[in-house]
Amino acid sequence: MTAPSYPTTWRRPPQIVKDRRWRLALQIGILVYLVLAIGSVEVNWARVYDGLERGQRFIMGFLQPDFSSRWRDISQGLVESLTMTLTSTVVGVAISVPIGIGAARNLAPRWIYYICRSIIAVSRALQEIIIAIFFVAMFGFGPFAGFLTLSFATIGFIAKLLADDIEEINESQAEAIRSTGASWWQVVNYAIQPQVMPRLIGLSLYRLDINFRESAVIGIVGAGGIGATLNTAIDRYEYDSAGAVLLIIIAIVMVAEYGSSYLRKFLQ
Amino acid sequence: MLHLEQLSKTYKTGETALHDVTLDVPKGQILGLIGPSGAGKSTLIRCINRLVEPSSGKVLLGDVDLAKLGKADLRRQRRRIGMIFQEYALVERLTVMENVLSGRLGYVPFWRSFLRKYPPADIQRAYALLDRVGLIDHADKRADALSGGQRQRVGIARALAQDPELLLVDEPTASLDPKTSRQIMRLLTEICTERGLPAIVNIHDVPLAQQFMQRIVGLRAGRVVFDGAPDALTEAALTQIYGEEDWNAMRAGDAEQAAAEADARDRIAALAK
Repeated sequence: MTAPSYPTTWRRPPQIVKDRRWRLALQIGILVYLVLAIGSVEVNWARVYDGLERGQRFIMGFLQPDFSSRWRDISQGLVESLTMTLTSTVVGVAISVPIGIGAARNLAPRWIYYICRSIIAVSRALQEIIIAIFFVAMFGFGPFAGFLTLSFATIGFIAKLLADDIEEINESQAEAIRSTGASWWQVVNYAIQPQVMPRLIGLSLYRLDINFRESAVIGIVGAGGIGATLNTAIDRYEYDSAGAVLLIIIAIVMVAEYGSSYLRKFLQ
Repeated sequence: MLHLEQLSKTYKTGETALHDVTLDVPKGQILGLIGPSGAGKSTLIRCINRLVEPSSGKVLLGDVDLAKLGKADLRRQRRRIGMIFQEYALVERLTVMENVLSGRLGYVPFWRSFLRKYPPADIQRAYALLDRVGLIDHADKRADALSGGQRQRVGIARALAQDPELLLVDEPTASLDPKTSRQIMRLLTEICTERGLPAIVNIHDVPLAQQFMQRIVGLRAGRVVFDGAPDALTEAALTQIYGEEDWNAMRAGDAEQAAAEADARDRIAALAK
């Protein structure tokens, strides 16, 4: 009786392109494209050299941030941003909850479902900056445009994730509540809400954090807040004030990030 | 008490789950529904309180035809039917008390349930029921803090909180160990006897069904193929319900379920010797 001779080597079979020649052609093709693409990027070295000096001043501004000479502008922008963030998150979440429930296939009638899903799709398709430009054009410069922008963006974010979460609930709990003779509202309150609440709170805190960061960005296109202060400082070549603003933004984002992740961990 | 007449259910997929089922359950009778998975046991009890819409036929509870009711009337009639679920189906993040009180949802307006301001009589009844199932000390715990047997007892208390005239019980012991299963079945039958409650119990475990049920109905491919006393459930009757050897291959995708049924059959065979 002889032992069968099993192979001693094994290679992982190719997963995507099975044919060896095609694989080689594809690899060479990608390499050629990369070389050509990099070659096509035009770099104006003289301009880069000029810019280096400006960049150096910028960094020097960072190293010696000037909090005091523009403190009034900075603090006003900061208060505006924080107000915008908090109000837009609260309003956005409040509007998102009914839309999210309406966008859950297992709760809403077909026509409501389609309406709510389209609202979500529109809100998610438009980037914050584009909406901000639109609202600034409509309502003028200032934090009101920013507030509307962030509320609108929050709706798409929270409503979609809430709806997806509702669609993934444990259906038997809802069935049990329904079988007691509960009305639709009672089913939502007793079977759905307890299952999605921790996640909804977590998402809202996360969104608060995102909204603050976004408020700095949309300020640059005129929607008020700390972003507007930053933009003004850069326009005036006051890089030391700009550095101060950036440092404050970084500090607040870090605090918000740490705080919200701590709270979320505490909730789950 | 409950009268089903030519009840049929065909799902959208074209699968016929129930075929002209006619059944009478008198007051106080505890009826065990057995049959292989896919025989339509779950569909049958869900057609009674219309968690599943029957395709045709009548569901008469007293003299009300449940199959014909509009939404509001259906909700009112559902209060008369308590349901106990496989895997308990408690709302896990709510307290035990809230779960029991949720049995009163059909009786109270939304604001009362939302604010958890139930009428004093409801709260008293909830405490009495928790005491009856031996969980009065656990009222303020979250439902997911309880063990399987305890959770099923909360499920029983919730169903009884409705003050039902009929109990529908879907695989009450499917996820419990043998000893706890027996305790739960004993509690269920005791409570039904105390209150003269009729019950329809879906049950996988044939020996358990024989031990606790007053009447057995065997379902196969959506038809009633056996209806009689537990003693009449012979080897031949079981073969008629569960089929010959080929049921093994038939349910290849449901191996675990099939194994459980094989186990039940073997145990019956051992008992018969």
